[in-house]
Amino acid sequence: MSITVSTSVNGDAVEFVCPPEETLLDALRNRLGLTGAKEGCGTGDCGACSVTLNGRLVCSCLVLAAEAEGQEIGTIEGLAQGDKLHPLQQAFIDHAALQCGVCTPGILVAADALLKQNPEPSDEEVRFWLAGNLCRCTGYDKIVRAVQAAAAEMRRA
Amino acid sequence: MRYEKPQTVAEAARLLSAEKGLSRILAGGTDVLVQMKSGLIEPDLIVDIKALPGLRSIVAEAGGFRVGAAVAGAQLAEDRDLKKAWPGVVEAANLIGSTQVQGRCTMAGNLCNASPAADSVPALVAAGATVRIAGPGAARDVAVETIPAGPGKTTLKKGEFVTSIFLPARPARSADAYLRFIPRSEMDIAVAAAAVNLTLDAEGRVTAARVALGAVAPTVLLVEAAAAALIGSKLEEAALEKLSAACSAAAKPIDDKRGSVAYRKDVVGVLAKRAARIAYTRAGGKQ
Ligand SMILES: Cc1cc2nc3c(=O)[nH]c(=O)nc-3n(C[C@H](O)[C@H](O)[C@H](O)COP(=O)(O)OP(=O)(O)OC[C@H]3O[C@@H](n4cnc5c(N)ncnc54)[C@H](O)[C@@H]3O)c2cc1C
Ligand code: FES
Ligand code: FES
Repeated sequence: MSITVSTSVNGDAVEFVCPPEETLLDALRNRLGLTGAKEGCGTGDCGACSVTLNGRLVCSCLVLAAEAEGQEIGTIEGLAQGDKLHPLQQAFIDHAALQCGVCTPGILVAADALLKQNPEPSDEEVRFWLAGNLCRCTGYDKIVRAVQAAAAEMRRA
Repeated sequence: MRYEKPQTVAEAARLLSAEKGLSRILAGGTDVLVQMKSGLIEPDLIVDIKALPGLRSIVAEAGGFRVGAAVAGAQLAEDRDLKKAWPGVVEAANLIGSTQVQGRCTMAGNLCNASPAADSVPALVAAGATVRIAGPGAARDVAVETIPAGPGKTTLKKGEFVTSIFLPARPARSADAYLRFIPRSEMDIAVAAAAVNLTLDAEGRVTAARVALGAVAPTVLLVEAAAAALIGSKLEEAALEKLSAACSAAAKPIDDKRGSVAYRKDVVGVLAKRAARIAYTRAGGKQ
């Protein structure tokens, strides 16, 4: 059996057909060509697949694609404005907050969700918010600094 | 596998009752999808309850709160009135997983997944919460602690599911608290956990108490001897010692790599003491 799903991704209406057991992560990557969200674990532990569902941060590996029907999905592909990087993306480059980059899309989506509801977080708040985003490369320190730099930049703007 | 998203409770009950194979309710999916991915379950039918009327809202009722079964942890955290009345329940639910998991996980799912270490469950039991069950028959209300039957098992019958959790009205000078012990500071499974719910009189004497323990038995434990140790006290050291001893005695934990029996029995008593102190202060008591 397959299901037709009509949903919105980064503000664009999209439609795809998938089996009922398919995850949103697989649908985004394999049916919609949006490969920014990564599968690190597939079980909710690493956050590499982070997207927003009606504005809430979620792991797309723990959402069925069928659940996206009629909802609004936000992915890393929606963060930059055309060629202009989002301040978070620029700050991650400027502060070398990534090495292999596998965790980066998920961390950017998560950090963006944080700054939308808390424009001036403490370092501790950043660390707790990002506790579900694992990074095996950076040791997290540069990530926290980049998020803070972007937050400061966005408060000035 | 079939995926259904019914629009009425009756339709959901009908789908669940009619299914001959394995069916699963889908709330936040943070247990269901993990179990599907790992091959632990292969459901024939998934019934998504998120479109059912009222399941995603928190409404005031009889001085208390009716929390829909599909309300996610993040939504609980945003409800100021709920947090003020039931700080322990909200802090327990908010300990579940990461920010991402909070965007989806529900207390009803936590309860019905029936893990002995489920974080929101001891707090709900200490709160004296009830769950409303829908199914093929008439809806009924039961105490939270009657739902878990053992690891991964509930007392719900075929076709039945939880539609809401009700947190009752609070007398003045009441508060609750929940503490768990985990080896890390985030994203881990409780080794032992304790929830305490108290009401004080104007002099700061405990007039009512409920104490529940998690992760130290196959199901959550409501420990009456622990509550009795607190009632009539102003949380003096002697009462706290009695509380702690009652909790350690009631605990029937397993031995595993995360904690031995002796360790868990000891820690659960310490957690109960600390949770009692927090609840007491929140209720306006001075120690
Ligand atoms: C990374 C990660 C970390 C986690 N950390 C914790 C933690 O710290 N503490 C903790 O306690 N848990 C933790 N969990 C487990 C899980 O998130 C919780 O148990 C959560 O509350 C489940 O809620 P849900 O809505 O996602 O449930 P679902 O996965 O939708 O459902 C769980 C089970 O309950 C059944 N069910 C759901 N709703 C109902 C209903 N209304 N009526 C009848 N049956 C129902 C489902 O069929 C299923 O069997 C974690 C999970 C992940 C992936
Ligand atoms: S792939 Fe979803 S959390 Fe790791
Ligand atoms: S940069 Fe490699 S996992 Fe984070």
